[in-house]
Amino acid sequence: MTKTIVPAPVRKSVQVKAPVPRAFEVFTQRMSHWWKPSHSINASPMVAAIIEPCAGGRWFERGADGSECQWGRVLVWEPPARLVLAWQINAQWQFDTELVTELEIRFLPDGDGMTRVDLEHRHLERFGDKAAAVRESLDSPEGWGGLLAAFAGQAEA
Amino acid sequence: MTNVATALSALGDPTRRRIFELLAEGPRPVGALAALLPVSRPAVSQHLQVLKSVGLVRDHADGARRVYQIDPAGLGAIRAWLDQFWDRALADFKAEVESTGEHQE
Repeated sequence: MTKTIVPAPVRKSVQVKAPVPRAFEVFTQRMSHWWKPSHSINASPMVAAIIEPCAGGRWFERGADGSECQWGRVLVWEPPARLVLAWQINAQWQFDTELVTELEIRFLPDGDGMTRVDLEHRHLERFGDKAAAVRESLDSPEGWGGLLAAFAGQAEA
Repeated sequence: MTNVATALSALGDPTRRRIFELLAEGPRPVGALAALLPVSRPAVSQHLQVLKSVGLVRDHADGARRVYQIDPAGLGAIRAWLDQFWDRALADFKAEVESTGEHQE
């Protein structure tokens, strides 16, 4: 049975002390410098997180052994104001060509050389479509449960 | 701690999944759900409590009965996970932008 369950998107906003072009550049071209290595889906340790700078470009990580793992792709490339990425990491914490959730990031001037970055992660219902099927995998240490545990550990460290 | 796993495990039970699907069509009281399912009303109530406890559905009073609906925050545990994920990622992004701001490349 196909159902349309539409949860609200996750929306986040952060103000950074940098002009819009700089914020966009750091987000897209220096992702390796700020993306936590623990947020990796590769068996090999993450050495780079890469967004190819064009619509249709790949979004992927590269491991220490040179292997690459897809995360998604670039849907909209409008430097320095807007970026839409397809987030295709599923509940098994693996790349899934059939799962396409959207991540929109907007970079807005916020006075005095500052930038407000608005992030929206939407179409979360597409995770739910597969909820029952992935149940078993989530009980593994590599599943989301394990990731949440890692988050908790970092927060308390 | 494992909110997402718990929520999705709750949907692993076929009856609970069916209840969740029925509620996805619109809010319903317990009695209306029980009439559509091959299980007793107390059993339906128990399943609803489980779904409620993991943030997938919520209820409100309508006169003497309780009406259940999908939690509008939706698939609560998945949202909670991504909520934390992006909080942390954006904080890391902010730290990187502001630490490298002085020396433009």
